[in-house]
Amino acid sequence: MTDHSNPSMRSALGRAKGLGSSRSGVSHWWMQRLTAMGMVPLVLYCLIGFVCFADASEVAARSWIAQPFNSVVLILLLGTGFYHASLGLQVVIEDYISTESRRILMLAFMKMMMTAFAAFSIYSVLLITLTNGV
Amino acid sequence: MSAKRPLSPHLMIYRPQLTSMMSITHRLTGVALGLGSLFFVWWLVALAHGGAYYDLVRGIAEHVLGRLVLLGFFVAVSYHLANGIRHLFWDFGIGLSLQGVYRGGYVVLFVAALATLGGAYLLFIG
Repeated sequence: MTDHSNPSMRSALGRAKGLGSSRSGVSHWWMQRLTAMGMVPLVLYCLIGFVCFADASEVAARSWIAQPFNSVVLILLLGTGFYHASLGLQVVIEDYISTESRRILMLAFMKMMMTAFAAFSIYSVLLITLTNGV
Repeated sequence: MSAKRPLSPHLMIYRPQLTSMMSITHRLTGVALGLGSLFFVWWLVALAHGGAYYDLVRGIAEHVLGRLVLLGFFVAVSYHLANGIRHLFWDFGIGLSLQGVYRGGYVVLFVAALATLGGAYLLFIG
């Protein structure tokens, strides 16, 4: 039975799933915005914090990171930041790499890199925080 | 593919506009930050390792070339952050008129230039 009052070209199943041509709905767009909003205060806080020990000595850098609030903010920034970077780089790869096999390989490689960056950096922050002054 | 028929979009025939140039710069700075974050990861790993290895990485960062990379980081962060906030305003429907888009663009360029000058001062003078 066809509902002629609705001129939409979409099938009933497509409408119910609500995922559109991207096959992932608005989740990518939405997460990019959420992470962007979250990163505004996180980036400002860490940038100001880092600038304040501009001499970059090992002791000064470690003791700033090892303060509980700073290390939590830094871990949040790293997690949110690499997720945001992964979402952004994904769009760039999808826009410019038209060969599907190459695109999928590059996407997989990029996501692994971003995940690895996040793991290495967060582990380092934990290590600095838990061993500082020991 | 025959090159005789017109192809679209012909980006290069347009006079560069503030709007399109700022749009592609947002993308370029985003890619630079995403890939350049490897340096920050490296610095954190070195700091966690400590000792002579941290001194080595610190020496590289404080070399003139390292400082230039850090200045590039300052440019990219300040621009991408300021322009990202401009994008978030647009998402709320604010500043979407032609006039608003240009005004916001100039504000972003001004903020980014100011932050870059501050970064240059810290890195090369302060």
